Amino acid sequence: MLLIRCPYCEEERPELEFRNAGEAHIARSADIAGDSDDDFEKFFFIRSNPKGIIYERWRHIHGCARFFNAVRDTITDKFVMTYKAGEPKPSKLPNNSNDVVAK
Amino acid sequence: MSGAFRIPSAGRLKQAKTARFSFDGQSYTGIEGDTLASALLANGVHLVGRSFKYHRPRGILSAGAEEPNALVEIRRDAARRTPNVRATVQELYDGLEAQSQNRWPSLSFDVGAVNDIASPMLSAGFYYKTFMWPKAAWKSLYEPRIRQAAGLGVSPDKPDPDHYSSRYAHCDVLVLGGGAAGIAAALAAADAGVRVILADEQAEFGGSLRFEAAAKIDGQDGFSWAQAAVARLSAMDNVRVLSRTTAFGYYAQNFVGLVERVSDHLKNPGHDLPRERLWQVRAKRVVLASGAIERHMVFADNDRPGIMLAGAARTFLNHHGVAVGRNVGVYTANDSAYSAAIDLKKAGVNVAAIVDLRDNPTGPVIDEARALGIEVNFGRAVIRAGGKLRVNSMTVQPKNGGGERTVPVDAILMSAGWTPSVHLFSQSRGKVAFNDETKRFVPGIYAQDCVSVGACNGTDGLSASMDEAYAAGAKAARDASAGDLGAKAGKGTKPKVDASESWSRGMLGAAPGAGPGTTVKAFVDFQNDVTAKDIRQAVHEGMRSIEHVKRFTTNGMATDQGKTSNMHGLAIAAETLGKPIPAVGLTTFRAPYTPVTFGAIISHARGPLFDPTRKTAIHPWAEAQGAVFEDVGQWKRAWYFPQAGEDMHAAVGRECVAVRTNAGLFDASTLGKIEVVGPDAAKFMELLYTNPWEKLEPGRCRYGIMLREDGFIYDDGVVGRLAPDRFHVTTTTGGAPRVMNHMEDYLQTEFPHLNVWLTSITEQWAVIAVQGPKSRDIIAPLVEDIDVSDEAMPHMSVREGRICGVPTRLFRMSFTGERGFEVNVPADYGQAVWEALWAEGQKHGATAYGTEAMHVLRAEKGYIIVGQDTDGTLTPNDAGLDWAVGKKKTDFVGIRGLTRPDLIAKGRKQLIGLKTKDPKVVLEEGAQIVEDPKQAIPMKMIGHVTSSYWSQNCGRSIALAAVAGGRDRMGDTLYVPMPDGVIEVEVTGMVFFDETGGRLNG
Repeated sequence: MLLIRCPYCEEERPELEFRNAGEAHIARSADIAGDSDDDFEKFFFIRSNPKGIIYERWRHIHGCARFFNAVRDTITDKFVMTYKAGEPKPSKLPNNSNDVVAK
Repeated sequence: MSGAFRIPSAGRLKQAKTARFSFDGQSYTGIEGDTLASALLANGVHLVGRSFKYHRPRGILSAGAEEPNALVEIRRDAARRTPNVRATVQELYDGLEAQSQNRWPSLSFDVGAVNDIASPMLSAGFYYKTFMWPKAAWKSLYEPRIRQAAGLGVSPDKPDPDHYSSRYAHCDVLVLGGGAAGIAAALAAADAGVRVILADEQAEFGGSLRFEAAAKIDGQDGFSWAQAAVARLSAMDNVRVLSRTTAFGYYAQNFVGLVERVSDHLKNPGHDLPRERLWQVRAKRVVLASGAIERHMVFADNDRPGIMLAGAARTFLNHHGVAVGRNVGVYTANDSAYSAAIDLKKAGVNVAAIVDLRDNPTGPVIDEARALGIEVNFGRAVIRAGGKLRVNSMTVQPKNGGGERTVPVDAILMSAGWTPSVHLFSQSRGKVAFNDETKRFVPGIYAQDCVSVGACNGTDGLSASMDEAYAAGAKAARDASAGDLGAKAGKGTKPKVDASESWSRGMLGAAPGAGPGTTVKAFVDFQNDVTAKDIRQAVHEGMRSIEHVKRFTTNGMATDQGKTSNMHGLAIAAETLGKPIPAVGLTTFRAPYTPVTFGAIISHARGPLFDPTRKTAIHPWAEAQGAVFEDVGQWKRAWYFPQAGEDMHAAVGRECVAVRTNAGLFDASTLGKIEVVGPDAAKFMELLYTNPWEKLEPGRCRYGIMLREDGFIYDDGVVGRLAPDRFHVTTTTGGAPRVMNHMEDYLQTEFPHLNVWLTSITEQWAVIAVQGPKSRDIIAPLVEDIDVSDEAMPHMSVREGRICGVPTRLFRMSFTGERGFEVNVPADYGQAVWEALWAEGQKHGATAYGTEAMHVLRAEKGYIIVGQDTDGTLTPNDAGLDWAVGKKKTDFVGIRGLTRPDLIAKGRKQLIGLKTKDPKVVLEEGAQIVEDPKQAIPMKMIGHVTSSYWSQNCGRSIALAAVAGGRDRMGDTLYVPMPDGVIEVEVTGMVFFDETGGRLNG
């Protein structure tokens, strides 16, 4: 069972308290009704599904109930870092994931 | 006397404490502290089981958890029958009853042993190759026969009467393995004051100190030191010591599963104690001290009872005081077996000969063996064992060929060397590395915050192991706990090793006489009956990867997970492939390390505690009325209320008619309810639902549809606007949590600028639906300060006030098509208000109705149920609900999805009504619909039935269906092919009763 740090509670809590909510940083267009078919396809259907670092959304559903963002390595399952919803995608990842998650 | 093979001067057990037990009905005497294995051996019993595939007689191979052969059934009573218990792990208690498995009619004469004679036909991959044709015979003939003939013990057929417990624990340092290394690591960490858990699978700590007679630590013999050290640890507040506790799984981020066997060793456990306890431990640092497992020699008929690991024989002698024979032979490729021979010889057992595969080994143990007068042969191999139910000889030959000599023996002790137990390390996703010099896989790259110490790390020698472990324990404590505690780590007194034994290397793979080209049965994996020949055959038949070899031969796939067999199997495959061992690779070890009972894993989560049961406030009333309940998600809902002599059909028919004639009361409390509050509440509702909300006046209700972004219907429900900034939203019963999640998701992440609060109020309000022509007459006398006249409170309105003296949110709404109210009251008052309404209802001929009548009544009106009539691929248009989509709106979730080409294409499935040509025939829900019943199979299916009922009010059957282009087919005849004939149906509108809807308004 993974430990996930909730950026709102500022605590590491067991995976049981959380629920994955899909890939992060996929913005819903302010004028979604005017989106082209291609734009809507990209927004709704296309996901990166990487081997390695993924940016995804999680919800602390059995805790503070907040949605937040996380950077996770899909090979090791390790959480590199978590940050609040609405914050920009981090441009640089910390070198040592453990340090960040533990602090 | 507790067995003819007991040596009173040897071992640590107290001779006086005897325990009676039985095996296959025969009574024996053992001693407290025995395992079932040691007690059987003390009585000269070696034959304890039959093998999995060939039904060969099998004995006791080991003295621990790695045991592949000695699996027995332990029986306490009819319900407490545990199959596949390792006799080497089961502790003896007075009255223990054990039985052998996988034999018929008896252990010494087993008909299934014909498989052994027929074995040339039963080689690796036999099942895959032989039972291919005819295909149909697999299910009816082959599989049942194979399942009957193969297999281990028989599962108990009664519910498990024992209870199990479960605990979570956190610690700084978790030490797995309580041998010399584990104890040293735990001491170093514990003395620093950090929280330590030390676990070992055995009843007593000490690991290999149990048999290493020469070990001396801190001036005591090794085993006594271990007991003293663990006693000291147990007394410390910051240490938890768990014996009889197996770490079976190492999961992410130092989460380790352990099972503690609490009462399987007790004569009368009593019901106060759980049988087992599951520990789920989260550790900051883990120290793996899991030791090493001895390998057997791979030679012809090496599975005969009486042939066992040398270290096991030492344990039986030095710990249990049992000689495994009177005239033993030793076959080895390393030094450690010499110590067994020496110990046995000193205890008065004749050692017929030591056969050592090595050419000219030297060392103190070899000298000592010779000095004791034991015959030692170098460069020789045991090429076969004699005897069937018990070994009676070993045949010795120079390893490069030459004259054979047969030595009579009654036991053979063997040792091919020791395999570091890297199972838990591997489970932690660490990568093992092959040490070419010692031919061992040892921990290489770590994936988690753990460290391996001692034998499992490939460290040889007691002194080196304990030094390494003590340092590692101190470092783990420092790393886990910053500050003062960490600084103290390792400042205690390090145990000092005064004397120890050294183990040198050994060999991997088949011994001479069982090499390439031979057809002898030299077992690699005892539990799955895999021989050296089988592994070579797998390679010859094209298996290249060890993963394929493993699956083709089943080597290492038995319940012992190949603890003794993996390395031999790998070496033989590598040799046959002509590749070095690391190029062939080691299979991945997976949890559980040893079998874990389902009971321990599920603990109390079974029966009524398997899943939470949700009951409404009115549940007790319905129960008292004799309602039949159905499960809707976790809810128990009253399904129907049968009166004397009524079946379901009669009860539902009566309830449906009563609602439309007079009135009915229905418990709608399970409906999901969410309060949407805030200055931007209407804006939020506009975005989450297809309907327009801004202009809905407070006090009015609207039927809302929620879509997903893809344009498909996600949920629906009536929404009441209580105030400009307050909406009372209802959802489907099953949809409540996901709708709440969906709303929160958009509010928090897409529309965070909106000032809105969402609160789940499902359980705060009990909901009593009062429906029917007399509904107003029933509620009117009980309602205070609300005008419930049609003029003041028309259909689709909501008022706040009081009923029976308690607050209510009173909705005028209907899911039946009749004039109706839904009375929301605080859940605590739910039953009281229900009873008041019920009493009032009795004056007007009201009935209580359940979910089945509710379904029928709504279907008569063509009201859909999301999730039954829709399946996640229907749009509002498909469901005939276009009117509920705000045409002028510029944004709502799903607005773009709705305009996708496929969602506006012609010929989509649309909801319509169906009437069977024969009104008595009720269609089956889910049945497929075709245009032409005479077309060839497979027919083109154009839709399916979504809802279907007998309608007493209509005097006929009614159905809803999703049919391609359905609304253009009004009046058409379609067909529903069923196994017993084709049913003709006519396409109709969705409303079967009161088409104009006049009854809604009273």
